Amino acid sequence: MSEHVTLPEGNVEKHTTTINLGPTHPATHGVFQNIIELDGETVVSAEQTVGYIHRAFEKIAEHRAPYQITPLTDRLNYCSAPLNNFGWHITCERLLGIKTPKRVDYLRIIIMELSRISDHLICNSIVGVDSGAFSGFLYLMQYRELIYEIYEEICGSRLTTNMGRIGGFERNFTNQAFEKLERFMKEWPPALKEFDEMFVRNRIFMDRTIGVGPISAERALNYGFTGPNLRAAGVDYDVRIHTPYSSYEDFDFTIPVGSTGDCYDRFLVRDQEMWQSMEIIKQAYQKVQEFKGAEAEVYHADVPDFYLPDKKDVYTKMEALIYHFKIIMGETALPVGEIYSSIEGANGELGFYLITDGGRAPYRLHFRRPCFIYYQAYSELTKGGLLSDAIITMSSLNLIAGELDA
Amino acid sequence: MARPVQYNITDKPLEKPYSIVQGPEGYMGEGFFASKLSDVVGLARKNSIWPLPFATSCCGIEFMALMASHYDLARFGSERVSFTPRQCDLLMVIGTIAKKMAPVVKQVYLQMAEPRWVLAMGACASSGGIFDTYSVLQGIDQIIPVDVYVPGCPPRPEAVIDGFLRVQELVGSENLRRRNSPKYKELMETYGIQ
Amino acid sequence: MEKFGEQLTGWEEPYGMLTFTSDKNMNLKVLQFLYDDAELGFRFMTDLCAVHYPNEEGKELAVVYHLHNLKENVRIRYKIFTAIEKPDVYTASALFSAANWMERETYDFFGVNFLGHPNLKRILNIDEMDYFPLRKEYPLEDQKRTDKDDEMFGRD
Repeated sequence: MSEHVTLPEGNVEKHTTTINLGPTHPATHGVFQNIIELDGETVVSAEQTVGYIHRAFEKIAEHRAPYQITPLTDRLNYCSAPLNNFGWHITCERLLGIKTPKRVDYLRIIIMELSRISDHLICNSIVGVDSGAFSGFLYLMQYRELIYEIYEEICGSRLTTNMGRIGGFERNFTNQAFEKLERFMKEWPPALKEFDEMFVRNRIFMDRTIGVGPISAERALNYGFTGPNLRAAGVDYDVRIHTPYSSYEDFDFTIPVGSTGDCYDRFLVRDQEMWQSMEIIKQAYQKVQEFKGAEAEVYHADVPDFYLPDKKDVYTKMEALIYHFKIIMGETALPVGEIYSSIEGANGELGFYLITDGGRAPYRLHFRRPCFIYYQAYSELTKGGLLSDAIITMSSLNLIAGELDA
Repeated sequence: MARPVQYNITDKPLEKPYSIVQGPEGYMGEGFFASKLSDVVGLARKNSIWPLPFATSCCGIEFMALMASHYDLARFGSERVSFTPRQCDLLMVIGTIAKKMAPVVKQVYLQMAEPRWVLAMGACASSGGIFDTYSVLQGIDQIIPVDVYVPGCPPRPEAVIDGFLRVQELVGSENLRRRNSPKYKELMETYGIQ
Repeated sequence: MEKFGEQLTGWEEPYGMLTFTSDKNMNLKVLQFLYDDAELGFRFMTDLCAVHYPNEEGKELAVVYHLHNLKENVRIRYKIFTAIEKPDVYTASALFSAANWMERETYDFFGVNFLGHPNLKRILNIDEMDYFPLRKEYPLEDQKRTDKDDEMFGRD
């Protein structure tokens, strides 16, 4: 690098260009702004501005009953909405001390791993799009449509699912849901294999992504990285193994870990995680099929305070009517306490810090959003790289604007 | 269990094995076709609308599903989505607009060249959606004039296609002098746009 | 515990997570100790947020740190309280870079002034906002709206 003469402030011959990678950039990522100083094509520094989609979730949550908070959690990481929903329900269950039956846990795991696949699918195909390969995105979005159809069978909605209840699901999975799941399990692995063959050993892709945006494990830990970004840097921290929730300890899966933490490692870690999620879904599906008789109809835990009673009971029994009324009006009081519980979201450890004071709504609910925490490191990741590398780093970090601003 | 489906259960037979789009009305003669200029210009404009997807949040993912091959938006003429306002016709505001983002939306709208249309996709863009808070703009029609609203949270891709078809109708039937008329200027004045 | 003795108070264990409190001026010393000590080794900051208790005099704002020891898989919660008139707290961003934006968010929502923070600006709200929205005295909705029809919603 040649020596540059240090010029006095405000001099006309400033040798870095300031460009604004502004809030409106191509549709895929969401709204955040980077003001990047470039020296030729090399990035000297980057300063981020977020908050362009601040919707004040934490303030809204102080005025809403628990079931009304579930649609809010949907909109945090909207690419994998059921994960956030179940994270919130698991937090409430831990607060109330409810133990869900095994079948509910296995069904939840199937849906959670499906949403993890759909999130990693988007991230990897967008890395492809940003490096110029648009067709991978189109091929994989078809399978996202299949996943959407499975969600529709279970809860009625495609993207912002509001799925499940405290204690389980609102209805049993229909036979069509299982048929669609089987179809997905048959058709998805060959498609993912094709995607792999297109990208993983592709000379151009490797040149674009190896060595781009690296981060060492110590810096990643200091920055509070979690999830695939941390695992790409070499630390095998996965909330599913550390604090198993929803019977993850019954399943046999490995955690892929990278070494250098650059974009290629992140891509590979997400790719391998999709294969591992497929393994988990196969095992969970088998386990669900093994439930016979009365156990095969269980789809929720027995929580009269928070789970709507059967309609025929509501029309005939008095307590069911009262519970129904209280739950719908949101007047059931949460027990006093404070709890922090976290799940492995698609981007990392999604944590819910809940303080209740005995009223109908939480006193304070704070979301520990992984995207917000690791976006701070962006300026360190891109320093010294080229501008196009900065774009690929941004897309491989999987920044979802809803989670960034909450 | 689930109630049985009540609508759309019988297949409607097609009248013809192919479908033809009607051309504009006009007088056909030997080797020529005379029609109104606004009809012809409208026909050309409506089948090649270039949208600018101003995607902010969850509706953006539904928009991505819309652009993908299952619900293809390119078959309506928007093969090339531009991300620069200087080159696009339709501003699709997709997702929640916070008050911090509002000046950016206004700036993008001002940078578009006439004729321009705006489609508000999603409940948040139409009216603030489920977020009635201090930081969310309650509908983009507080700052820019909107032509079509597509409600839903997020709207199904079919609903967005329906909205897009209505925009096509608006584009196809627009008076060529509308953008210079005093009524339009009044509308712009109410938004503070010159 | 041995080092700080009576300066740490408020030991509880709600839902299995050990929680303790201390005086706000000691937060850096405690955090450094938890980081450096070989046995404790809390090297990962999971979360940093604040809570507003308008009824406690002199201790209205609580800043809560969640730390995690990845090797032994132990989590801990550490709270400090500060008065609302002068909410100054030392910044933890020198020790954990993760605290940088989390403290900016806490400042934005509650007005906790972190001393020594490199860039304490509003992060999620607009820069011109002059109040701290998540405090309990402020309402959720924007009060300047003119187009809501209150009669239809039952409020008048």
